[in-house]
Amino acid sequence: MSPITLDITIHLAKIALIFFVVLTLAAYLVFAERRLLAWIQDRKGPNRVGPFGLLQPLADLIKLLTKEDFRPPQADKWLFYLAPAMAAIPAILTFAVIPFGAPVTLFGREVPLQVADLNVGLLFFMALSSIAVYGVALGGWASNSKYALLGAIRGLAQLISYELSMGLSLVPTVMLAGSLRLSDIVAAQASVPFIVYQPLAFAIFLVSIAAECKRIPFDIPEAEGELVAGFHTEYSGMRFGLFFVGEYINIIVLGGLATTFFLGGWHGPLLPPFVWFAAKTLAFAFFFIWMRGTLPRLRYDQLMHLGWKFLTPLALLNILATGWWLMIREPH
Amino acid sequence: MPILNDLKALATGLFVTWKHIFRRPVTVEYPDVKRTPYPRYRARIVLTRDPDGGERCVACYLCSAACPVDCISMEAAEGEGGRRYARWFRINFSRCIFCGLCAEACPTLAIQMTPDYEICEREVMELVYEKEELLIDGCGKDPEYDFYRHAGIGVVNPRGGNPDEEPPVDVRGLMP
Ligand code: SF4
Ligand code: SF4
Repeated sequence: MSPITLDITIHLAKIALIFFVVLTLAAYLVFAERRLLAWIQDRKGPNRVGPFGLLQPLADLIKLLTKEDFRPPQADKWLFYLAPAMAAIPAILTFAVIPFGAPVTLFGREVPLQVADLNVGLLFFMALSSIAVYGVALGGWASNSKYALLGAIRGLAQLISYELSMGLSLVPTVMLAGSLRLSDIVAAQASVPFIVYQPLAFAIFLVSIAAECKRIPFDIPEAEGELVAGFHTEYSGMRFGLFFVGEYINIIVLGGLATTFFLGGWHGPLLPPFVWFAAKTLAFAFFFIWMRGTLPRLRYDQLMHLGWKFLTPLALLNILATGWWLMIREPH
Repeated sequence: MPILNDLKALATGLFVTWKHIFRRPVTVEYPDVKRTPYPRYRARIVLTRDPDGGERCVACYLCSAACPVDCISMEAAEGEGGRRYARWFRINFSRCIFCGLCAEACPTLAIQMTPDYEICEREVMELVYEKEELLIDGCGKDPEYDFYRHAGIGVVNPRGGNPDEEPPVDVRGLMP
């Protein structure tokens, strides 16, 4: 094999691996969420299909695939069909820039466990996370239903209020690492993860990503208590499934990003790097599920209040403090 | 500082749910595990008989009138010796909400609730129970009770012949 073919093969293999692992993980995250929520509520959760209910995701998939794919007659056809993909694809695309393990040596060459080591990896993530909200907005708009539209508007408003604090909370990371490249950010945390220097930025980022993946307490675009199912009220079958899976891919991806930015990525003692990365990412997933079992939904204006009047100024102050600290530590 | 209060409340809440993860679930896994309901549990309705084996129901329509969802219907008829009965008696269990008001209204204790809750059907018409399906052979919850032995209308015993009755007053006589 010529080096070029080998390169392409390795890349394709990595992409296939990511697709397989992330999609399977997303399906099992749904299952884990149902089980965990059940335990929190003193129930048992789905335990019928297969041993311990482990085949439940498969049963769900079959159900979703065989359900009728209904489109409301007044809906905007193309946007309606496009929106679920626009919600799910950016989520999984973001995974391309996440380094999920230490570089390995394959066929005598160094292979980074990362699909694309972009030098603007962080910006790439920010851009994609903004695109993902188009799925919500267009899905709600195209459905031509009041609940879906309300959900979509809420989604947009939510985007504006948390995106800012999310971006600002990542600035200190970039200042510390001196690079937007995700592998550099991980490398800069080889000895001490950034959460030690930046607990505040980590907290802000955590709140922001909870809002980003529309989890309770920030699930106001969905808000099944008020808006039926928010932006995906009119969706059924696998299109609804795509929204659903997209949400869980988002949890995994954002957990992975939080790991990369603040918890030292795949760095960790004893265990292999890949295991460290997976463990940290799943810990975030667990935390989100746990939050869902605990907290009530915020009101619409409360999220705005939190984002604009609290998190954003705090993140700005944090940036100033970081700059000040960096200057004192290494005066130029 | 309100933020500290908020964080404390958050931590308290998270701790509570954390503890519940390790509690034993209260779920009863129904088709595998069947709870035994209490004797007074209100489920499938039956029509009972009196100790002598006669139908208790006198087709008075009180249960039908008491039923909040109007799911009892019947047609009254009169048998030998003036004893009333229901020619047909029908309960639509697909509408019944198992409130038990019919059983409370019944003067003869004929209609009674039983704890048998497994009456689901795939065909909704099969939930309409006719009299043959409702009528059981026993006396149900009050084995002693016999309406006609207290009613004083002279079907089982002559008028005034029941143990807790006085003979009828002669309204045309002068004596008290
Ligand atoms: S239990 Fe209630 S709803 Fe059912 S038949 Fe009796 S009165 Fe009607
Ligand atoms: S079941 Fe009881 S209340 Fe209903 S008609 Fe018969 S005697 Fe009357």
